[in-house]
Amino acid sequence: MVEQAVDGIRIEGLRKRYGSGDTAVDALRHVDMQVAPGEVVGLIGPSGSGKSTLLKCLGAVIEPSGGRMTLGGQAIYADGWRIPDLRSLRRDRIGFVFQAPYLIPFLDVTDNVALLPMLAGLPNGEARRRARELLEALDVAHRASAMPAQLSGGEQQRVSIARALVNRPPVILADEPTAPLDSERALAVIRILNQMARQFDTAIIVVTHDEKIIPTFRRIYHIRDGRTEEEAGEGRGFE
Amino acid sequence: MISLAGRDILHAWGKFVFTGVGLGLLIGVTLTMAGVYRGMVDDARALLDNSGADLWVVQQNTLGPYAESSSIQDDVYRSLLGMPGVARAANVTYLTMQVRQGERDVRAMVVGVVPGGLGEPGQPPYLVAGRHLTRGHYEAVADLASGFRLGDRVQIRRNQYTVVGLTRRMVSSGGDPMIFIPLKDAQEAQFLKDNDAIVRQRRRTAENPAFDRPGVPGLLDAVIATQSVNPYVNAVLVQLQPGFDAEEIAEPIRRWQRLQVYTRGQMEAILVGKLIATSAKQIGMFLVILAIVSAAIVAFIIYTLTLGKIREIAVLKLIGTRNRTIAGMILQQALGLGLIGFVVGKISATIWAPFFPKYVLLVPGDAARGLLAVVVICILASLLAIRAALKVDPAEAIGG
Ligand SMILES: Nc1ncnc2c1ncn2[C@@H]1O[C@H](COP(=O)(O)OP(=O)(O)OP(=O)(O)O)[C@@H](O)[C@H]1O
Ligand SMILES: [Mg+2]
Repeated sequence: MVEQAVDGIRIEGLRKRYGSGDTAVDALRHVDMQVAPGEVVGLIGPSGSGKSTLLKCLGAVIEPSGGRMTLGGQAIYADGWRIPDLRSLRRDRIGFVFQAPYLIPFLDVTDNVALLPMLAGLPNGEARRRARELLEALDVAHRASAMPAQLSGGEQQRVSIARALVNRPPVILADEPTAPLDSERALAVIRILNQMARQFDTAIIVVTHDEKIIPTFRRIYHIRDGRTEEEAGEGRGFE
Repeated sequence: MISLAGRDILHAWGKFVFTGVGLGLLIGVTLTMAGVYRGMVDDARALLDNSGADLWVVQQNTLGPYAESSSIQDDVYRSLLGMPGVARAANVTYLTMQVRQGERDVRAMVVGVVPGGLGEPGQPPYLVAGRHLTRGHYEAVADLASGFRLGDRVQIRRNQYTVVGLTRRMVSSGGDPMIFIPLKDAQEAQFLKDNDAIVRQRRRTAENPAFDRPGVPGLLDAVIATQSVNPYVNAVLVQLQPGFDAEEIAEPIRRWQRLQVYTRGQMEAILVGKLIATSAKQIGMFLVILAIVSAAIVAFIIYTLTLGKIREIAVLKLIGTRNRTIAGMILQQALGLGLIGFVVGKISATIWAPFFPKYVLLVPGDAARGLLAVVVICILASLLAIRAALKVDPAEAIGG
């Protein structure tokens, strides 16, 4: 079925204009993009080309100026929001990974991850059990009761990936997730994202400048001047 | 759901405890100020209670004897004693002065009472040591707060008095300890002039031709004799027989004796409403300022703590935390800070209250009102921080 094929992320003709009049900036002019469940695609482009703007639109934190966005088969934006509660959308269906891990400093590792299911109304015990499962999968279970400040940069990033995954969102948006890491750790993070994409059928977009990880994507979207072009990547290393 | 506020407080407990203690000392000062006011009111009540009087008979058109000076003839009490319903009536004088003992002097209220009149109004109702006044001259019963001890010799004006008894919680409305001395001595102390003044007065009287009548021998001596005694007291304290209404007995005294009479309730209104009213307003001003300062401190602390967490708040919003949850976290932190402050304040006020020179009375009701004020202040103070937090754009978490 056609609907099956558009599971994951589908963006058509997305536009975003900041401001109005003389000072208006057309950050996105025409973006087309499609990411299947279980797929990790790269999004690259020069500075100011609109990468972060695209993630913010998709993450429902800013409103596009036109076009269509579909998540998991459901239109969330079609020349206007199609979903009334954007916070629940972000909480339940989108996972975020940032350049810096931005863990909550006053919660331990487990609760940083368990916070999302708790916010969604899951009992604490159940939320923590889910968190520990993921920490196990991401190989940071031994640091489960540490505070974020006591972790290395790579460990923090893995915890933030666990947080992004914990509500089993169909979509993960990662903005420069490997920037602070050395190449070995950067590759490890990409390997984990690939594993998780396959394991949970998640569609993942990774914005990056990072030369070390660009060869790992099988598909890459280039964004220039607010327009996207798709190209095949080398797709090395994670078969 | 876990308590985000509680976790944050536990994580940064040092910061919270330090600011809580600082705030607490401020709250302690506030509670103490309220206690000072309560102490003043209580001193006034103690003054009235311990006087044992039901009616205060004073000079016409005055608010005496405590709030204004009053002077009436010392034989008025006899005519009062004859009235139906009057059980006892006693002369009394009050004079606030410095009482010397050796090198030091103590601010005290010297009360003149009739010696031996145990149970009469105006007398100290009970002693903690020694005995009551029995002789007509040169004995004193002192309140413990004066620091005098049995057998001490104290000087009031020109005379020396021996402390024969000690009493407790007998204070003036200003909180000064009372020293009881025989009425005759007190009348003298209040009105008598020094020797030079007496000599001068005698000379003036003798030089007055009106008193030096050749045909009237002894006139000059009689005039001089009346000048050197003091037939006045400040008030007559009246005790009623059981079953009589104070106002009913007061009215005929006012009308026929041309004197002012106050009942217990009226006297309390004068002391609390007039005598200590200015001090009460003064304290009220302090309370208002302290409340504003405390609010500013809580607001400032909570605001800076919140600004320090803008990143985390943006992340919390991005991952779908409701505004309600974030506002609740900030509010709970403000309340937590307020509660730490209140506990510290209550404890410190209790510790330091006894060291104040005047009576500081910490009333549980004031503590409850203080707690309520702290809660309200914390809620108001957190509004600023909540506003800042709600303005945070979740897009900030994604960054450029
Ligand atoms: N809030 C805003 N208001 C106005 N213009 C904005 C705003 N945010 C971004 N822009 C503009 O939109 C364009 C795209 O910005 P965006 O942040 O998406 O770029 P980017 O591809 O993420 O760049 P970088 O690689 O440097 O992070 C830029 O020209 C930028 O100046
Ligand atoms: Mg960017």
